[in-house]
Amino acid sequence: MNAVTPFEGIGASVKRKEDLRFLSGRGQYTDDINRPGQAYAYILRSPHAHARIAGIDTATAAAMPGVLAIYTGADTAGLGSIPCGWQIHNKDGSPMAEPRHPMLAEGKVRHVGDQVAVVIAESRAQAKDAAEAIGVDYDVLPAAPTLDAAQVPGAPLVHDGVAGNICYDWHIGDKAVNDAAFAAAAKIVTFETTNNRLVPNAMEPRAAIGDYDTTTGEYTLFTTSQNPHVIRLLMGAFVLQIPEAKLRVVAPDVGGGFGSKIYHYAEEAIVTWAAGKLGRPVKWTCERTESFMSDAHGRDHITKCSLALDANGKFLGLRVHTQANMGAYLSTFAPCVPTYLYATLLAGVYTTPTIYCEVTAVFTNTVPVDAYRGAGRPEATYLLERLVDIAAAETGIDRVEIRRRNFIPNDAFPYQTPVALQYDSGNYTATLDAALQAADWAGFEARRAEAAKHGKLRGIGCSTYLEACGIAPSAVVGSLGARAGLYEVGTIRVHPTGSVTVLTGAHSHGQGHETTFAQLVADRLGVPVAQVDVVHGDTAKVPFGMGTYGSRSLAVGGSAMFKAMDKIIAKGRKIAAHLMEASVEDIEFDRGTFRVAGTDRTKALAEISLAAYVPHNYPIEELEPGLEETAFYDPKNFTYPGGCHIAEIEIDPETGKVSVVNFTAVDDVGRVINPMIVEGQVQGGVAQGIGQALLEHAVYDADGQLLSGSMMDYTMPRADDLPLVGVATHTTLCTHNPLGVKGCGEVGAIGSPPAVMNAVVDALKSYGVRHIEMPATPAKIWGILHAGRKLAAE
Amino acid sequence: MYDFAYHKPASVADAVKLLSADPDARPISGGQTLLPALKHRLNKPSAIIDLSGIAELRGIRREGDKLVIGALTKHVEVADSAEVKSAIPALAQLAGTIGDTQVRNRGTMGGSVSNNDPAADYPAAVLALDATIVTDKRRIAADEFFLGMFTTALEPGELLVAIEFPIPEKAGYAKMKNPASRYVMAGAFVAKTKSGVRVAINGAGPCVFRQTEMEQALTANWSPDAVASIKQPADDLNSDIHGSAEYRAHLVTVMAKRAVAAAG
Ligand SMILES: Cc1cc2nc3c(=O)[nH]c(=O)nc-3n(C[C@H](O)[C@H](O)[C@H](O)COP(=O)(O)OP(=O)(O)OC[C@H]3O[C@@H](n4cnc5c(N)ncnc54)[C@H](O)[C@@H]3O)c2cc1C
Repeated sequence: MNAVTPFEGIGASVKRKEDLRFLSGRGQYTDDINRPGQAYAYILRSPHAHARIAGIDTATAAAMPGVLAIYTGADTAGLGSIPCGWQIHNKDGSPMAEPRHPMLAEGKVRHVGDQVAVVIAESRAQAKDAAEAIGVDYDVLPAAPTLDAAQVPGAPLVHDGVAGNICYDWHIGDKAVNDAAFAAAAKIVTFETTNNRLVPNAMEPRAAIGDYDTTTGEYTLFTTSQNPHVIRLLMGAFVLQIPEAKLRVVAPDVGGGFGSKIYHYAEEAIVTWAAGKLGRPVKWTCERTESFMSDAHGRDHITKCSLALDANGKFLGLRVHTQANMGAYLSTFAPCVPTYLYATLLAGVYTTPTIYCEVTAVFTNTVPVDAYRGAGRPEATYLLERLVDIAAAETGIDRVEIRRRNFIPNDAFPYQTPVALQYDSGNYTATLDAALQAADWAGFEARRAEAAKHGKLRGIGCSTYLEACGIAPSAVVGSLGARAGLYEVGTIRVHPTGSVTVLTGAHSHGQGHETTFAQLVADRLGVPVAQVDVVHGDTAKVPFGMGTYGSRSLAVGGSAMFKAMDKIIAKGRKIAAHLMEASVEDIEFDRGTFRVAGTDRTKALAEISLAAYVPHNYPIEELEPGLEETAFYDPKNFTYPGGCHIAEIEIDPETGKVSVVNFTAVDDVGRVINPMIVEGQVQGGVAQGIGQALLEHAVYDADGQLLSGSMMDYTMPRADDLPLVGVATHTTLCTHNPLGVKGCGEVGAIGSPPAVMNAVVDALKSYGVRHIEMPATPAKIWGILHAGRKLAAE
Repeated sequence: MYDFAYHKPASVADAVKLLSADPDARPISGGQTLLPALKHRLNKPSAIIDLSGIAELRGIRREGDKLVIGALTKHVEVADSAEVKSAIPALAQLAGTIGDTQVRNRGTMGGSVSNNDPAADYPAAVLALDATIVTDKRRIAADEFFLGMFTTALEPGELLVAIEFPIPEKAGYAKMKNPASRYVMAGAFVAKTKSGVRVAINGAGPCVFRQTEMEQALTANWSPDAVASIKQPADDLNSDIHGSAEYRAHLVTVMAKRAVAAAG
C-alpha cells in the first residue's frame, strides 16, 4: 500500500473527493443542521439608511403566537462591540476612528438592513409575523450613502463623534522623493476612476445556530464561516465574554464565501447570546434579499492617480489618492483592505522607483465594505493596468512594449518595492510571452477586420499583474495594525494501520482542500488519497487556526502540514532505526518507505505507525508512543503570484452589448499541487472579474436605498456571459515556504478586470475613447457610441 | 408568506365560484410570479385557487386558421409544440426564451398574459398577432386587453381560459434582455396578419403597445430597412439603472429591425 498508484501526489489532477457529497446533495450546511428544541430568529432590519430610533414598541408582537422573546439594542447595550481586527493609523500617528458597532441598533440606524430587533419564536414564520407587528418610531435623517455625499461640507454624520465621516487619513511612501520624480518627468499621465461596489453573493446565504448546554455551560455556534477559530476569538473575547474553553464554533460545509464569510457578524453573536438567555438552540438563516443588505460588500473606491515617465516610457514615479468607502461600521478586515492590501501592491510588476499613496477611508450610510475576492489587490491592479494602457496610448509606445520596458527583470529577485513588499520570485516576461502566444495576440488585427465585416467592434487587452497573498508574517502584519497573528496550524495524525487524518486551521468552502491537502500527504507519506481524511471547521477538533482568505490555505496551511510531516518523518526514522537495528542517521525516507541506506531493508509507514501505537518492540525510553504531530507555521513573507491575462471582446454597436469571446490566463501560482483545481480556481476568479468589469454594480440612491438589492437588478455573471477561459501556468517557485507554492484563489479576480476593460477601450479606440468605468454595461457603451455618432454628425 | 386557504377546483365553473365568493382569493397557475410575491409578503390573498387540476384549461389545438392555446399551457409546451412551430414559429421561439428552464417548466401563458408584466414576452405576441383572449365570461380582443402596467381588462374573479391566435402570414420576434433579470428590456413582435401588419413593443414602456409608424412602413415595404430609420419617441418609456428611456427607444428600432429580419 506504499506505492501510490495511480500517482496522486503533487502535480496530479486528482478528482475532488468532496464533490461526491456536494453534487449528490449530501453536503451538511449550517441550515441543514437542526438541534433538539430549536427556536428560530428573525431579524427586523432598518428600512432607512439613516434614522434615529425614537422608540420601539414590541408589546403586540411579544403577545403573538409562538413568540419566545424579542430583544432590541436596549437588551444588548451592555455587551461588547462587534470588533474590528485591524487598526490603521492616520498620517499624524493617531489611531483611526473606531465607533461602536452594536449587535442591535442603539438609538440610531446607519444603513438599510441595520439590525433593529430580533424576534425568537417557535417557527420562522411566527418570528417573521411578529417582527411585522413591532412598531419602530424612526426620525428619518438625511443620508450620506456615497463617498461624495459623505464628504461634502455639512454632510450628515454617520457617527456623531466622527468628524467629516473620516475613518482615517493614511499614507505610504516618501512624498518628497515622489515629488522630485514628478518634477523631473518628461511626461505625466493622469487618470481618475471608480472601482465599482460589488455584492459577493455566495451561493449559500449566511446562517447561524446558537446552542447552549445548561449542564456544562458550554456554548456552540454553528456558522457559515471561513474561519471558525477567528470567530471564537472575536465573539468570545470581545462581544460576549465567553472563554474559549466554553465556546465551540463549527463551520460545517460552507457554500462559497469570497471573503464575505470571514467576518464576525452581529447575527452570530445574537443567536449565541439568545441561546444562553433562553436555554434553547436558536437558528437564523439569511434570505437572499437580506444578504444584499447585510453581507459585507466589496471594492467601492474613487481614485485619482498620475504616472511620471521619462522620454523612453520608463516609469519614474506613481502618485495615488484613493477614497475608500467603509460603509456604516468597520467590518473585521475593512481598514486594511484599501491600505496594506492595496497601496502596497501599486508597484505591480514594474520597477517604478517611487510611489506615494494617500488613502482616505470614509464612513457612509451603506452596508459595511470589506475584503471580497482579491481585496485591495484587484483595485490596485485595475488602477495600474488601466493607467499603463493609457500611458501607452499617450506616449505612442505599444502597450506590450511599455510593459516590457518596465518589468522587474528576472535577475532582480528578491526585489524590494518602494511600498514595503519584497518580492521573492517571478518571471513576468515568461507569463507575458506565453499568454501572447496562447491568445494569438499577433493575429488580432485580422480578427478585428473580420469582426468589422460583420458590423462588430472587436478589441483585445492585456494585464500583467502581480498580487501578494499567502497572508501573512505575524510580526509584519502586527506592526501594520493587525490585531491577530496570521500563522496556520496543521496536525498530521497517522493512525495505527497507516491511514491519516489531517487537522487544519484552514477552511474549505469550495476550494477543494480535502483533495489538495490529501495530495500533500500522499506525495510525502505515500498514503493513498482515499486514506487521508482532512478535518477542518471545528474548534473542538482542530487545535487552532486562522482560516481561509488571502489565498493562504496552501501557502500557510499547507506549509504547516509540511512541517508536521517533517516531525512525523523524524519520529518515524527513530522508530524505524529501532526496528531495523540501524542508526537513525542511516534511515532514509521516501514516500512512505523507511530504508536503511544502501540496503534493501525497509519498513513501511504502516509498520512504523503500528509499532508506535502497539509499542511492544519500541524505543520507549526515549520516545513517546503514538504518531501524531502538530506544527504552527508562520510565513516568512507574503507570496507573490502573478501573470498575464488577455481578454478579447466584441461589441455589438447596435445594442452596446460586450461579449468576451476569448480569455487567456497564464499565471505563476508557484508549485501546482492539483492542476485541475488550479484551473477551476482561476476560471471562477475570472468569472467574478468579468462580472466586475461588465456586469456587477451595487448602486445606492441618494436616500441610501440599495437599487440593485436583488438578482432582478444586480447582474450576476451567468454561464452564457462567460467564455471558455484558457488557463495555463508558468511556475517560479516561492523561495520561502517549503512547498514552493504561492496561491491561486484570487488571481483570476485580480488579473482579469483590467484585461477586459483594456479590451473594451481598445475596441472603441476609433471613437476617441480614453477610458470607460466599470461595469461596461450595454447602456453605457451605447451612450458612448451614441455620443460619438452625434459628435461625428455635428 | 402569510397564511391562506388553499383550493384545487376541477372545473372552470368551480374555480369561478370560489373566486366570486371571496374577493381576496387569487388564482394560481405556474406560480412563477405569484409565489415570489407571496414569499416576499407583497401579497396577502385570503385563499389560493390552484388552477392546475382543471383539464379544460390545458392543450394546444389548431382550429381552422387559428391556434387555440389553453391558459394553463406551460412555456415549455409552447416552445416544443410541433403545432405551434409549424403554424407560428415565432411564438414557439419566443416561448423558448422566457426565463430559464425551471421557469419554462412551470410558468403558463395564461398566468403571464393575465399578469401583464411590462417586461414579459407573451403580451407582445398576443398584441401583434391580434389574438383573442377567451375568459369564462367573454371574448376580448388583444387591442382591448392590455390596459397598463400589470393591468388588463380582466375583471376581479374573471379567469383567462384560452387564447386564440389567428395564424399570420409571417411573424418575428427579437428582444434585448435586461442584463440582470433577463426579462425584456425592449422587444418587438412583428406580424403580417389578415388584419394587416402589426408591431407590438414590449419591455420598453409601462405596457406593451403598438408602434403604428412602423406598421405603416412595413405595410408599404416589408423589410428591416423599412423600420431602420424610424425613431421611437423616448417620452413615456421606462428608465432605470439598466438603461435610460433614450436607450430603450433606440433599442425599439434595433429590435424591430431584427424581428422583421427573423420573420423573413
Ligand atoms: C426567474 C424568473 C425569470 C422569468 N423570466 C421571464 C421572462 O424572461 N419573460 C417573461 O415573460 N416572464 C418571465 N418570468 C415570469 C414567468 O414567465 C411567469 O411564469 C409568468 O409571468 C406568470 O405565469 P404563471 O403561470 O407562473 O402565473 P402565476 O404566478 O401563477 O400567476 C400570475 C398572476 O396571474 C394570475 N393568474 C394566473 N392564472 C390566471 C388565469 N388563468 N386567469 C386569471 N388570472 C390568472 C395570478 O393570480 C397572478 O396574479 C420569469 C419568472 C421567474 C421566476
